[in-house]
Amino acid sequence: MTVEHVTMAAPAEIASGRPVRAGLILFALLAGAAVIGALAIGPFTIAPGRVLTILWAALTGDAAPGVALRERIVVLDVRLPRAVVGALTGAGTAVAGAVMQGVFRNPLADPGLVGVAPGAALAAVAFVVFGAPLAMLLPAPLQALGLPLAAFAGGLGTTLVIARLAARDGRTQVATLLFAGLALGALASAGTGVMVFLASEQQTREFLFWTLGSLGGATWLKAALAAPFVLGLLVASVFLARGLDALALGEAEAFHAGVSVERLKRGAVIAVAAGVGASVAATGVVGFIGLVVPHLARLVVGPSHRVLLPASALLGVAVLLGADILARMIAAPAELPLGVVTALVGAPFFLWLLLRRRAFVG
Amino acid sequence: MSEFCAAEVQKGDTSRIVAIGGAVTEILFALGLGDRVVAVDQTSRYPAAASRKPDVGYSRALSPEGVLSIGPSLILAAEGAGPRSTLDVLEQASVPVVLIPEAHDKAGVLAKIAAVAQAVGEQEKGRVLAAEVAADFAALEDMVKALPSRPRAVFVLSASGGAAVVGGSDTSADAIFRLACVTNAMAAIKGFKPALDEAAMSAEPDAVVVMKGGGQVLDADTVFSLPAFAGTPAARERRLVTMPGSFLLGFGPRTPRAARDLAAALHPGARLPELPPRQWAAEKDQ
Repeated sequence: MTVEHVTMAAPAEIASGRPVRAGLILFALLAGAAVIGALAIGPFTIAPGRVLTILWAALTGDAAPGVALRERIVVLDVRLPRAVVGALTGAGTAVAGAVMQGVFRNPLADPGLVGVAPGAALAAVAFVVFGAPLAMLLPAPLQALGLPLAAFAGGLGTTLVIARLAARDGRTQVATLLFAGLALGALASAGTGVMVFLASEQQTREFLFWTLGSLGGATWLKAALAAPFVLGLLVASVFLARGLDALALGEAEAFHAGVSVERLKRGAVIAVAAGVGASVAATGVVGFIGLVVPHLARLVVGPSHRVLLPASALLGVAVLLGADILARMIAAPAELPLGVVTALVGAPFFLWLLLRRRAFVG
Repeated sequence: MSEFCAAEVQKGDTSRIVAIGGAVTEILFALGLGDRVVAVDQTSRYPAAASRKPDVGYSRALSPEGVLSIGPSLILAAEGAGPRSTLDVLEQASVPVVLIPEAHDKAGVLAKIAAVAQAVGEQEKGRVLAAEVAADFAALEDMVKALPSRPRAVFVLSASGGAAVVGGSDTSADAIFRLACVTNAMAAIKGFKPALDEAAMSAEPDAVVVMKGGGQVLDADTVFSLPAFAGTPAARERRLVTMPGSFLLGFGPRTPRAARDLAAALHPGARLPELPPRQWAAEKDQ
């Protein structure tokens, strides 16, 4: 049996190529519209034409005639880095969800299963409670990065420990990975509970807001730091796609199709941990994107990972930036936590998916 | 010439102020500058006119674009406002941000008034207000000194799930107790923490103090059905003192009044005189 054969047998390929391509184009258009919306819409009113003038002037290095300093700052230093961080987070989280669902061969899997979010949360709250003196040791421009760096290290570290626990004689048992993830996630949450107990009222609130996610603190520096890890995950997903398609048929089948299943699983977990860890570090916890977006993408382009992964990335950008526009506009001049918006939209949608699925099966 | 003008505007433009922090907002209104306040944060509830201004949300999670969309010329914020990235953006947009140090005693309140007045260039009005508040503090000290006893009280922040979260030492609640010559029965705890039921019982509080505002009110039935207060003198006498949160714990100009009201409520026998009426403290129940 050739590799071609196996992937041909994957259900997505049964569907003809044209709707798949149309789906990808649709998601790309949505993502593009979301980026434009993220730059053009906000509580600070700027005519779209002026936004273009400002962007063009920044690109060419010319002075923009008749543009106020504040308009320039809102577009170039608030909305643009925000859109970049949002696009990275949306694409990274959605692809991570799709990859995890492939590795666990379970539609309910999300990056939280391998401990990224609980580990990052523990490190973040520990930093909020004890980290202020530590941050003082950093040079001034880096002080604001203390919490993101701690969260990144906490998320990645927890996942590596889980992966290590689940590996035996060079083989990773998916079931053990799942249970180790659950156990370590619970342990990390317990640690978070201890920290919350030790925290002051202010610190507890600060941490609570972090767990609800926001693009409000997005800066160019954060975008630059998160980008390599998220882009790494996106590039890795291109190479993981074929293996994940083969894995959909079972580990033994994938092995016989010439896929190095162990390398696939290990590579997937590490790429996801790095990509999601960097996203969480930049924005806090933004729920439901990793779970819901791959499902929605699968409805349109089918389950083949070679299209599902890029489709999830594009749709992730669209959904996250769309949610952020709502987060900025609903309570303006205040800002709703982004995770609240994604959960408000994501949870009912997920429920609808579930009921729809039951209607199909029953 | 044009450079000179720009510098002038930057230094002196206090026409559109965003006030962050209940005490900062109160001081601005007390200075008679309420009409220059264009937006407040969610803790600014007094006077009523302040709570009708646009709300920029939680002081530590300020949205850079949200704040800029108000078109502010000055941000006056209680210490701790942020995040840093938002303050950086405001700075870049040449909106000055003045942070007012937070403190929970007489000197701290007077320092806040001086700092706010200086930031808006109204030092003379600031001195007048500070003198009035200092006089209130002096009158408060005289009346609480004369009180015969020192009651023991517990401040209860919330009571979710049957456990009372109380104000221990090092809290704003502890500080207002001290001003009112009330002993904090839970001083053994540091910060706002859930109290162990037995610890609260053995502390033998004479009264429980709660705050109202923000949509939540703890009533006597809820508080005294908590196991923590079973059998305490407070529960036997059902002595519950309810005061507006921003008044009780705000540490703005009305703090001597809050301490006086608290002392009066905890000494039902003693007749405490009212502090002299002030225009900036005329609104009730906030």
